[in-house]
Amino acid sequence: MSDWKKLCVLDEIPRLGSRVVKSPNGKGGDIAVFRTADDEVFALHDKCPHKGGALSQGLVAGKVVTCPMHSWKIQLDSGMAVAPDVGCAHSFAVKLEGGAVWIAL
Amino acid sequence: MKKLKLVMVGNGMAGCRTLEELLKLAPDLYEITVFGAEPHPNYNRIMLSPVLAGETKFEDIVLNDLAWYRDNGILLHAGKQVVKIDRKAQKVIAADGTEAEYDRLLLATGSSPFILPVPGKDLPGVIAYRDIADTEAMIEAAKHHSHAVVIGAGLLGLEAANGLKIQGMDVTVVHLGDWIMERQLDKTAADLLQKSLEAKGLKFLLGKQTAELVAGESGRVAAIRFKDGTVIPADLVVMAVGIRPNTALAESAGIHCERGIVVDDTLQTYDPKIYAVGECVAHRGIAYGLVAPLFEQAKVCANHLAQMGIGRYGGSVTSTKLKVTGIDVFSAGNFMGGESTEEIVLADPSAGIYKKLVIKGDTLAGAVLYGDTGDGAWYFQLLKDKQNIADIRDHLMFGSHHVGDAGHAGQNRAAAMPDEAEVCGCNGVCKGDIVKAIKTHGLFTLEDVRKHTKASSSCGSCTGLVEQILASTVGGAYQPADTNDKPVCGCTDHSHGEVRKAIREQKLLSIPAVMQFLEWKTSDGCASCRPALNYYLISTWPHEAQDDPQSRFINERAHANIQKDGTFSVVPRMWGGLTTPAELRTIADVAEKYEVPTVKMTGGARIDLLGIRKGDLPKVWEDLGKAGLVSGHAYGKSIRTVKTCVGAEHCRFGTQRSMDMGVQLEKMLFGMWAPHKVKLAVSGCPRNCAEAGIKDVGVIGVDSGYELYIAGNGGIKTEVAMFMCKVKNDSEVLEYSGAFLQLYREEAWYLERTCHYVARVGLDHVKKAVVENPARRAELYERLLYSLQGYEDPWATAVATGSKEYKALEVA
Ligand code: SRM
Ligand SMILES: Cc1cc2nc3c(=O)[nH]c(=O)nc-3n(C[C@H](O)[C@H](O)[C@H](O)COP(=O)(O)OP(=O)(O)OC[C@H]3O[C@@H](n4cnc5c(N)ncnc54)[C@H](O)[C@@H]3O)c2cc1C
Ligand code: SF4
Ligand code: FES
Repeated sequence: MSDWKKLCVLDEIPRLGSRVVKSPNGKGGDIAVFRTADDEVFALHDKCPHKGGALSQGLVAGKVVTCPMHSWKIQLDSGMAVAPDVGCAHSFAVKLEGGAVWIAL
Repeated sequence: MKKLKLVMVGNGMAGCRTLEELLKLAPDLYEITVFGAEPHPNYNRIMLSPVLAGETKFEDIVLNDLAWYRDNGILLHAGKQVVKIDRKAQKVIAADGTEAEYDRLLLATGSSPFILPVPGKDLPGVIAYRDIADTEAMIEAAKHHSHAVVIGAGLLGLEAANGLKIQGMDVTVVHLGDWIMERQLDKTAADLLQKSLEAKGLKFLLGKQTAELVAGESGRVAAIRFKDGTVIPADLVVMAVGIRPNTALAESAGIHCERGIVVDDTLQTYDPKIYAVGECVAHRGIAYGLVAPLFEQAKVCANHLAQMGIGRYGGSVTSTKLKVTGIDVFSAGNFMGGESTEEIVLADPSAGIYKKLVIKGDTLAGAVLYGDTGDGAWYFQLLKDKQNIADIRDHLMFGSHHVGDAGHAGQNRAAAMPDEAEVCGCNGVCKGDIVKAIKTHGLFTLEDVRKHTKASSSCGSCTGLVEQILASTVGGAYQPADTNDKPVCGCTDHSHGEVRKAIREQKLLSIPAVMQFLEWKTSDGCASCRPALNYYLISTWPHEAQDDPQSRFINERAHANIQKDGTFSVVPRMWGGLTTPAELRTIADVAEKYEVPTVKMTGGARIDLLGIRKGDLPKVWEDLGKAGLVSGHAYGKSIRTVKTCVGAEHCRFGTQRSMDMGVQLEKMLFGMWAPHKVKLAVSGCPRNCAEAGIKDVGVIGVDSGYELYIAGNGGIKTEVAMFMCKVKNDSEVLEYSGAFLQLYREEAWYLERTCHYVARVGLDHVKKAVVENPARRAELYERLLYSLQGYEDPWATAVATGSKEYKALEVA
């Protein structure tokens, strides 16, 4: 069972950027929330499937974030690496409600 | 809206590449039907030679499998030959009666082998070498027969002969000319090649004209007779004497043909509804027989079929490589030379090495390499870019420095490398991995190899080597991109130069404005183009263009250098490498207070605090700031350090006050963003303790003033800085260095260090602007100072604004 938790208001995440969410309850590692050019929001485990780079520190374009470590491209909606790389970062459901960002944990 | 109908005739390499390019640009514009005479999906024809030599199998050379056609909604009629084009009714008709209507027709019928019109040419056992059926016929023949004769010692003939020999036949190559591969090689190189092929067991008969193919008792070919009366046994004859573009279909429909189907620079035929690409085409009178130019045609043609109307095909320069394992031959351009050319030749016959460079004026016009083809790709690039070689002429023959051999000195001969040899030290990729990826995925470009293997995608020092492996694996099909016109990235067809020009001339002030004006193909670019655009904007329109932090790499966005574990490093500026007890005390306090795990002297003569948590950065900076310490930009494509020696201030040999000069330079350049990082050094005398000889700008004090050196590099590939000029005093050092750096900032492509920039434009170009033209120098200098005006320490700014960048969110 997942719970919806309120994260922040949308404007606290820069457009084409991201924020880190401190590992909830100190478990499971940090989460990265991303905001695209047209204000869609996505959340992934802040850990690149390649060598664990912090995806929250990457560059967002379209619905893809480029990892700052070795430039793998990770799809924001699925967490899957863009081919030909193979791997997946766990993704979390997020929703926008009344200008606030909610995440399902 | 109803889709338009596109019909393609000829399911080969050029045609399918055009469809791939088209689908990238306009996936939904057409309903596509393809007719191919061969009963196969598109395969990599150039890999037939390795199939014949038993080095690979047919399944492994398929480029587009049936699923590809299905997934892209393409109707494939494999094994159906089109026999008629009805231009009035806009439809094509195949031999079995299948018809297809078109709004646009693409002809990609390739070419056919030329068959010598001699008696016996139709006998069983006489074949050409064009497709998989021919290849299989040869492999089959080798099982039952022993004497093979290959007529024609061109690229194809020699590859066929080599393959048949490996299949166990006794092979003789017959050639009309005086030396083999005379269209690609001069006599010296050809003789060397012939000798190595003879060592592999091939026999050669030169200057022989075939008169007749003689049948044996079984009715199969048994012998070959020459004009001079001699006869040799032959139970398999392979004709490899040239190709003829397949124009019959087009001609019968009244489409204008000369040597091939005549097309204009957009690959359109005389009928505006009909396009043509590949070997069947004559463009500006030339019909090409190698895939690299055909792929260029495909790209342009696709763009016009997609109704985008951008791009023209202007013809190609081609290069040749023979795909015979263990033998290295390369040729490109006008390798025979002529009246207005000069030649540089290096010959070491006993080592099996021969190199000839043909030079015309100040450019390379042609090259033949035998034995050591390591620099082929580099020469080809110089040739295609028509780069001015005056400055490097005296060491041109000794090869490029950009050929990567970092970590494996002396081993830059791609072909000779064993499969286990590591090519890319950053990503641990071996030669075998690269070759395998090229073969199994049908890769043709450096970009593709980077994507699939990661080789050369990090520091790039192995790029030259990867290019060579590519060239030696795919042969002449490999075409290095024109560096000058290479698109910035996959998001656009525009080159760096075009982008810079548009930003300047149209006064574009934001990334969206650039993307809109230049019709970017993606909505918000990618991690390659956005940082480049951001730099071009702020350097062209300082104080006016919008700086976009989200388009900067994390280090520049966070003003610190990210580490592998996600923490950051902090390097405060120490002007000219100088510090004070108070600064050192502050650094020590900060290191203790924030439990900094590592404190280290950098190679740039200052102190690095490594392993700081992102959330602590503003606090660390606040504390450092109190002692006057500011950002050292160790993280940026920007001014890094100005190293100095102690100089005349203390040193017994010092002629100039190098510490002071260094501090002046570093203060002047504080906050200077650049295409790549910029490092300077000032030494007080020619002993050069500050290592000014490998810096972007190196200043060396002499009794009468300073010598200025530029475009050195101490990194991936060490480059010695070049002497630019001598100046009299401190203010001239500032002005000349500043003017040079501004020229670099205005003209270089993003991620070009000064050494790469100067290699591209030439030292003369820089001297003309900076040394010989005082007015230009003054303007450049002024523009530099203007753009640096009012720059504030980014650390202080981050502290003052309480930037959110450093704060993590928490769930309630
Ligand atoms: C900290 C330092 C090493 C040290 O402990 O001494 C360093 C560290 C890094 N260097 Fe360096 N370089 C450091 C001095 C040098 C020097 C020596 C110098 O500056 O005198 C060189 C050779 C000189 C030169 O650049 O011409 C050098 C040539 C490189 C290169 C190759 C550049 C090239 O054009 O060939 C790279 C890769 C790049 O920039 O693409 C690089 C890249 C890097 C990066 C930034 C890699 C990265 O992108 O993350 C390293 C960050 C490590 C980290 O985890 O923080 N570093 N690096 C030095 C910082 C100097 C400073 O005070 O600013
Ligand atoms: C053995 C060999 C080795 C080679 N090695 C190299 C090399 O190392 N480097 C290099 O750059 N190039 C090499 N080439 C040349 C390269 O393969 C060709 O330049 C390239 O394949 C031409 O592409 P294309 O699409 O124009 O023609 P093709 O690939 O020949 O495709 C044309 C297709 O159209 C079909 N067709 C023709 N007429 C009709 C019709 N009326 N109806 C239906 N279908 C039709 C043909 O059957 C054929 O399948 C080599 C060629 C061979 C044969
Ligand atoms: S530059 Fe010359 S004078 Fe200065 S420290 Fe080095 S050797 Fe001594
Ligand atoms: S850790 Fe993300 S690309 Fe290597």
